[in-house]
Amino acid sequence: MADFEQPAHFAFDADSAAEIDRVVAKYPPGRQASAVIPALYVVQRQMKRQTGSAWVPLKGMDAVGERLGMPPIRVYEVATFYFMFNMAPIGKYHLQLCTTTPCWLRGSDDIVAACREATGIKGWKETSADGLFTMTEVECVGACVNAPILQVDDDFYEDMDREKTLLVIAALREGKPPAVGSMIGRQRSAPEGGPTTLLFAPENG
Amino acid sequence: MPKLTIDGIEVEVPPGSTVLQAAEAAGIEIPRFCYHDRLSIAGNCRMCLVEIEKTPPKPISSCTYPAAEGMIVHTDTPMVRNGRRGVMEFLLINHPLDCPICDQGGECDLQDQAMGYGMDHSRYAENKRAVKDKELGPLVKTVMTRCIHCTRCIRFISEVAGVPDLGATSRGEHMEVGTYVEKALSSELSANIIDLCPVGALTSKPYAFTARSWELTKTDSVDVLDAVGANIRVDTRGPEVLRILPRLNEDVNEEWLGDKSRFSIDGLKRRRLDKPWVRKDGKLQAATWQQAFDAIATKLHDTKGDRIGAIAGDLCDAESMLALKDLMAALGSFNLDCRQDGAKLTNARRDHYTFNTQIAGIEDADAILIIGSNPRREAPVLNARIRKAWANSGAKIGVIGAETDLTYPVTHLGTGTTALGAGETFLNGAKKPMVIVGQGALKHENLLAAAWGIASRAGALTPEWHGFNVLHTAAARVGALDLGFLSGKTAGEMLNGGVDVLYLLGADEFNIAKTGPATFVIYQGHHGDSGAARADVILPGAAYTEKSGTYVNTEGRVQRGFMATHPPGEAREDWKIIRALSAHTGHALPYDTIAAVRARLEQVNPVFANVGFLPRFGCSDTTAPAGDPAAVANVNFTPVIVHYHQTDTISRASPTMAACVAALEPAPAMAAE
Repeated sequence: MADFEQPAHFAFDADSAAEIDRVVAKYPPGRQASAVIPALYVVQRQMKRQTGSAWVPLKGMDAVGERLGMPPIRVYEVATFYFMFNMAPIGKYHLQLCTTTPCWLRGSDDIVAACREATGIKGWKETSADGLFTMTEVECVGACVNAPILQVDDDFYEDMDREKTLLVIAALREGKPPAVGSMIGRQRSAPEGGPTTLLFAPENG
Repeated sequence: MPKLTIDGIEVEVPPGSTVLQAAEAAGIEIPRFCYHDRLSIAGNCRMCLVEIEKTPPKPISSCTYPAAEGMIVHTDTPMVRNGRRGVMEFLLINHPLDCPICDQGGECDLQDQAMGYGMDHSRYAENKRAVKDKELGPLVKTVMTRCIHCTRCIRFISEVAGVPDLGATSRGEHMEVGTYVEKALSSELSANIIDLCPVGALTSKPYAFTARSWELTKTDSVDVLDAVGANIRVDTRGPEVLRILPRLNEDVNEEWLGDKSRFSIDGLKRRRLDKPWVRKDGKLQAATWQQAFDAIATKLHDTKGDRIGAIAGDLCDAESMLALKDLMAALGSFNLDCRQDGAKLTNARRDHYTFNTQIAGIEDADAILIIGSNPRREAPVLNARIRKAWANSGAKIGVIGAETDLTYPVTHLGTGTTALGAGETFLNGAKKPMVIVGQGALKHENLLAAAWGIASRAGALTPEWHGFNVLHTAAARVGALDLGFLSGKTAGEMLNGGVDVLYLLGADEFNIAKTGPATFVIYQGHHGDSGAARADVILPGAAYTEKSGTYVNTEGRVQRGFMATHPPGEAREDWKIIRALSAHTGHALPYDTIAAVRARLEQVNPVFANVGFLPRFGCSDTTAPAGDPAAVANVNFTPVIVHYHQTDTISRASPTMAACVAALEPAPAMAAE
């Protein structure tokens, strides 16, 4: 494995333990292994809380296996299968850039270039020298209507362009994340510039 | 029972069968990589494509498609052939073209099927993917770039071996089969994944770059390193045994084999006794057969019959034990014992010392009580059957003895005799209960009778079902008991000067230091172990691959192995040594050929006439073996096998087995015995 250190211990803290109990309760007895994906997210969030870096260490996967009664290898299989689990430490902010066709047509290349410029990161899955940012190329995040998208950790910044990207990154650097959602004032995923249908009530309504 | 037509052949198959299984029933071979009869169905290699009428016009993977009434299947249409060619081309994209240096070459499914469906050139000009090799311990060598992701090894280790160490991590182009966190496979059956691997990704580490499959002479034999009697094939080139592979026998080992049985063979080349030795002035000196026989004859001449004793070891063939028994009788001695470990067994009735339910019968049991045994270490292939009974039909398993991981969930009832009552309760309500009593319990008096009592009261002894089982650890034991190699003084009584001449036929598994200092010890065997070190005369014998021999497994199944190589140096087949010695002492035995020895075997006990075949039987007489169940002492059962990989003279001489012990088992604390 790569050149980073795995923590020697991992134990669920009170919040995590409560969250896993809540998730496991959704499944019938004996089927608690179904909770493996949410449980891995719990590990990743706890690491973020405790170390500032959201990732899933080996001991964390072992803890999930033990909690859910699964052999460790079954947890490793799931954790490595899904791209959303970081198997190595990342920066404080995880910049996830969608470059799938709709975002790409709407200018995701500019967003990528802006991120590289602002953070100094060269390749994918790399962390900036100051340890603040990690850039990851992701597939469609399902928000094409407001493309292009920059996902920071769990939050979407939508309708991005070069300037807005630089602004977001500068704000993150200061520890003041801007409000999430559309960056051009669009209401959710309504048409840009206000409604275009249902502008008036039908006459014989 | 759905009836379907495959390539014009009508075939009826049991409900739940797949199209591939139906095709097999019709005698049509369908190429496959991931499908395996004894594993769950994965359907990920896509090689088994067929065309089925009245389904969407596309090739269908036959291993996952349920056979249905009236289905019309074609396995050799242009669409099928093109589909399979396409699959083959994709499989070969990332598969290296290194067959000339691959150990699987010549016995490779991918190579064989590429002959039928492969192209003569590749259209793929890009770089092939390379995967880092995994370290899986001293037995399994990996070349993971060759892996085609059939997942057979993962399924075997999880489902049959029950030790889920292997998995597929990452996905797509980055998918890798391995343990993720580097560790040696901890299953006793791990090397079976070498046989299962359809390509050269998993090969045998000790056999690496040793030979090509077509150079080897293949000899059928029987494994003697545990009492299961797994059927094996011994592959030799010239005088050397190069590998041992399992042979199919549904009633015994299916197609599996324990790691020890497969890889102890390098022990056959080390510490061998290849010439006779005679002790002169306190020191063993190389001698001729003549000198060795003279020394024995002189000693025997001065010794009274009842001061002579013989102990048979764990690896002996029935022929040599019979010859020794006859020789001892001719010398006037009836001091025979085959229980060098002191097991409290008698041979008055056969079902008091055999595994009566039989190995295949385990699958029918619904409750199994294991007393004083660790089948995972003592008989890993048999343990896989118990696991199968648990996995397929939900048999519940209770254990009395040391608490260990048997690869399936068990109810641990206690560590010793105090839990026998709980064991009896455990079997309550079972329709086909089984009691398995192991050597850990049979060390102690009266336990045989106590276990029989439990079986009897649990309803395990009926005319239809015999649920009383003794699990042996020694391959020779049942054969010796069948022969009556058990009379006069016991092994314990022969020690400490109990006899003046002690004949050890491959007997090393007891504290040899307890032999009286004045006792004249004759050791006949194949390895220089503790017995040979103490001996006054050493007669070099043959190991199991070097002689034709009859063995009786723990079930009481008589099986025969054939000679694969000749014994080294001046060593000879064991029954011949005893025959020659008998002539030398003036009591020539009345047989000169192996056929005559076997005729005598049948005369001594008719069971030896039935080679290979063992009918299922019930219990017609519920009389308990001798012993008082009420007089069972309060003891804890201790494991009889500490290191699975080193249990006998052959495996102790094997560097591969030593490497396994070092890799898998933590260094034992220095024991003050």
